[in-house]
Formats: sequence, structure tokens, C-alpha cells
Amino acid sequence: MSSALATRPPARAGSVVTEGLAVRALLIGIAVVFLALFLVLPLVTVFIQAFAKGWSAYLAAFTEADARSAIRLTLLTAAIAVPFNLVFGIMASWAVAKFEFRGKNLLVTLIDLPFSVSPVVSGLIYVLVFGAQGLLGPWLLAHDIQIIFAVPGIVLATIFVTFPFVARQLIPLMQEQGTAEEEAALTLGASGWHAFRTVTLPNIRWGLLYSVLLCNARAMGEFGAVSVVSGHIRGLTNTLPLHVEILYNEYNFVASFAVASLLAGLALVTLLVKSLLEWRFSAEIAAGARGH
Amino acid sequence: MAEPPLRPRRRFRQPSVIPGFGITFGYTLTCLGIIVLLPLAALVARASGLGLAGIWQVATDPRVASALRVSFGVSLLAALTASVFGFLIAWVLTRYRFPGRKLVDAVVDLPFALPTAVAGIALASLYAPNGLVGEQLAKLGIEAAYTPVGIYIAMVFIGLPFAVRTVQPLIEEIDKEIEEASATLGADRWHTLIKVVVPPLIPAVLTGFALAFARGVGEYGSIIFIAGNLPYVSEIAPLLIVIKLSEFDYGGACAIATIMLGISFVTLLAINLIQAWSRRRFGYV
Repeated sequence: MSSALATRPPARAGSVVTEGLAVRALLIGIAVVFLALFLVLPLVTVFIQAFAKGWSAYLAAFTEADARSAIRLTLLTAAIAVPFNLVFGIMASWAVAKFEFRGKNLLVTLIDLPFSVSPVVSGLIYVLVFGAQGLLGPWLLAHDIQIIFAVPGIVLATIFVTFPFVARQLIPLMQEQGTAEEEAALTLGASGWHAFRTVTLPNIRWGLLYSVLLCNARAMGEFGAVSVVSGHIRGLTNTLPLHVEILYNEYNFVASFAVASLLAGLALVTLLVKSLLEWRFSAEIAAGARGH
Repeated sequence: MAEPPLRPRRRFRQPSVIPGFGITFGYTLTCLGIIVLLPLAALVARASGLGLAGIWQVATDPRVASALRVSFGVSLLAALTASVFGFLIAWVLTRYRFPGRKLVDAVVDLPFALPTAVAGIALASLYAPNGLVGEQLAKLGIEAAYTPVGIYIAMVFIGLPFAVRTVQPLIEEIDKEIEEASATLGADRWHTLIKVVVPPLIPAVLTGFALAFARGVGEYGSIIFIAGNLPYVSEIAPLLIVIKLSEFDYGGACAIATIMLGISFVTLLAINLIQAWSRRRFGYV
């Protein structure tokens, strides 16, 4: 009896905590087909449509002056919005993670707020502050400052929609790391700035890079909020996503998908680097396990 | 120098040797105020200028009511779909080992990374009557583009990662010993799943559902191309805000925005309640 038990293959011991092979294969099949159909197919379509009329038609989409100015504006917007949110995210997570104060939960909730606001509403609220009929409208008009239907509005709306990215990634990470290492550095005579640079920053660098990556992807791809504040002036206030829309609505599909493929390429690079970071540095990116 | 007297009263901040609270806290509040709170306050001020009666008047306008119905109704269905398939995908990704698993795992985040306008035109060209998928659907008598079906497809697309990523870490954390215990005590696999594995995951599934729902309601870029935007049929609430704005009807735009904000706050509150309940019931979020 006992020898029969002992020779039972150990693999069977695991089988009580998983499903049969057929069920597993079926579930994997459903998951893969669903993802292929709903997520991968649209991505592939972008590239198929972009190259529908060959390389020269594809490249022609980028020689246009409007396309170039859209690329420039998108780069400029990200170049302002991402560093702004980087600095904000570090400041906010330092204040929240390294100190105990009242109302902390409320502060974190407020920082997260832009995530739960519709992109269109995010644009609308800036029109209400800076637009001609807005709160500051008359004052801005008197001083000849234009924010809505101009580049500053686009930058502000982009900062708003990407506002929580860095902070919400760093806060749990820095909370988990605690304050012991910084306290040790300070005890040994380091200044606060020195402690931050040599102790805190190396601890959070991968999490920081990770969040900046996602923040940048969203900043370059934001459509709804920017669409509301931009006014769609070609060559002036057109970002890449808005340019995609204009070309599409003009039935210029090849050019539209060509510009879109640039953004899709950015998304792919983002996903790739993000996955690499997750596989290599999962513990240094997120507190506890992985994830968002 | 005399020691400061010990005072038992509660203070705003616990004392700490770490410097920089004043500057970082002040900077955080300043940015938050200018970027987030001031503009949102402008909306609240506008909306309170309209009053409840004014907002109600806009909400009951047939075109607005229809757009709100489409946005909320379709988003509910799409969030439900995303939750069911999201759970399945999260389960497959954490529990099974198969070739290409990491790639599949990375693909889940595609809707987070792909700009919504790009997803929008891709979905529109796929599901158009002469598109790759639209043609097949048309043979089955299903019109996807320019109908609520198209809106549903776009909302499933953008909601799916929320459903997967809220459940996935919790499935990873399940202690397999409780499943073994359940099996040892005579439960078959199905019973173990239904009675032991799934119940602690329900709060996460609900949270994922709520996040997907909220995202779907507010979504704009990936929907407008495939929806066709026919008033009373496939027009969504965010688009109506854009239309009202372009007509300089700021009041109407604010009323719709306030309704949508109200719903997303209720959803946020629901998520917090679910998580508080989950902490009490299961000891984790």
C-alpha cells in the first residue's frame, strides 16, 4: 500500500489546483483569440492601411508642411508637460511618502482626480477658465494673451490629463521604502538635497523612468482634451492626433493612417520598454507586486 | 536653549528629521490648485449658476437624454463584457504556462499606450461595411459601424486593460494551499473555484468593472470615428459637449459635463466603498 502511494507521480499532486488540459487549452484559446481580435487587429490595421499605396505614398504624408508642424507641436507639448509632471510627481511623492500629516488621503485622491475626468471635460474646464467667456477671459483679452485655441491651452490640457502619472507611481513606491535610509544619510551629515540625490533617487529611478514613459505616451497621444482647447488651426495648433483626425475626415486615409502609424510606433516602443522594465525591475517599479 | 515643552495636542504634521516638507508640500498644493482644482471649480461655479433646474432642463432635452442613455447604457454592457473576458484573460495569464505568455501579457496594455484617435480610425476602418471585420459581420446581418454596436466595440477595447489589471495581481496572490485544502476535503475543481477561489476576487472584479465603466462613459477619441455620431442613435455625451461648445452654448456643455462628473464621482465612491468592504471582509484591497 505504502509503496503504491509513494510511486504515485508527483505531477498529480499539482492537478488538484488546476484545470484539466482540455479546459486549459480552451481558456487559453478564448483569451488569445479575444485579444487578437479586439486589440491586435486594430493595431495591425493601422500599418496595413498606412502602406496600402506603397512606400512613396506613406512617406509623402510626412513631407507636408502641416504634418511637420504637427510633429513639432506634439514634441514641444510633451517636452513641457512631461518634465512639469516629473518635477511635480517627485515633489508630491516626497511630501506624501516621507511625512505624516493630516488630510494625506484627501491630497492623494485630489492628485488622482484627472484620471476620472472625461478627456472632453478636461478640455472644457480650461475653456471655462481661459476662454473668451471664461473666468479670466476679459483680463487675458485686455492683456492680449491667448491661451485657448493656442499652444498654451494645449500644453495646459496635456499637463492636466497626465498630472497623476508620475505621482501615483512614486507615492506607493516611496512609502514602501520608508525613511530609514534618508534618516541615516542625514545623521551622517548629508544635506537634504544630497540625501535625495544619492539615496532616494537611485531607489526610485526605475519606477521614475517607468512612469515618465507612460506619461510621455499619453502626453503625445492625448486627443479629447487637446481637441477641445485647440481650435484645430492647421499648421498652428494641430498636434499629431488632431492631424490624424483632420486627414481622416478629409478621406485622405493613407496619409491619416501614415501619421497614425507614427503614434502607433510610439505606443509599441512604449509597451516594449515598459515590459522590459517590468520583467527586469518589477520590485523597483511598483510597491508590493507589479501592476498599475 | 530650552527644550520645547511636550504638548499632547494633535498637530498637523508629525515631527520628522527629514527636511523639505514645507517646499514640497507647498509646491504640490500650488500645482494641484492651479492645474486641477481651479479649472474644476470653474465648472462647478458655472454649473451652480445654472442651478439644478437648469441642469435638469438640459438633461431632459431629447437629444441630450438620448446621448446620455447611449453613453451610460452601452458603457455598462461594454464594462460587463470587459469584466468577463478580463477575468478569463487574467486567470489564463497568471495560472497557465504557455508559449508567448509574456507577449500576450504585454498586449493587454495596448489600449493604455495606443492614442485614442489612432484606435478610433483603426476600429472605424475595420468595422466599416467594406472593412475586414465589418464585411463578415454584414453577412451575419450585424451593422457595427455607425451604430451603438460600434460604440460598444470601442468601449470594450479601452475598458479591457482595467478589467484585467485589477484582478491579475490578486489571482497571483492566491495561496494555492487553500485550493489544496478544498480539494483534500473532497470538493471537485469546479466547487473549489466557485466557493473558494472566486469569492475573494469579487471586490477586484467589481473595481475593474467600475473603472472600465467610468472610462467608457467619458471616452471620446476611440468612439467618434466608428460611431458615425447620428443624433438620437449613436451620439455619445462627450461628443455633445464638443458640439455645444462649438455652438458657444457654454451652459449646455457645462450641464452635460456636470452630469458626467457627478456619475464618475459616484463611481469613484463606489470603488472606495467596495475596497473598504473588501478590507473588512478579506483583509486586503
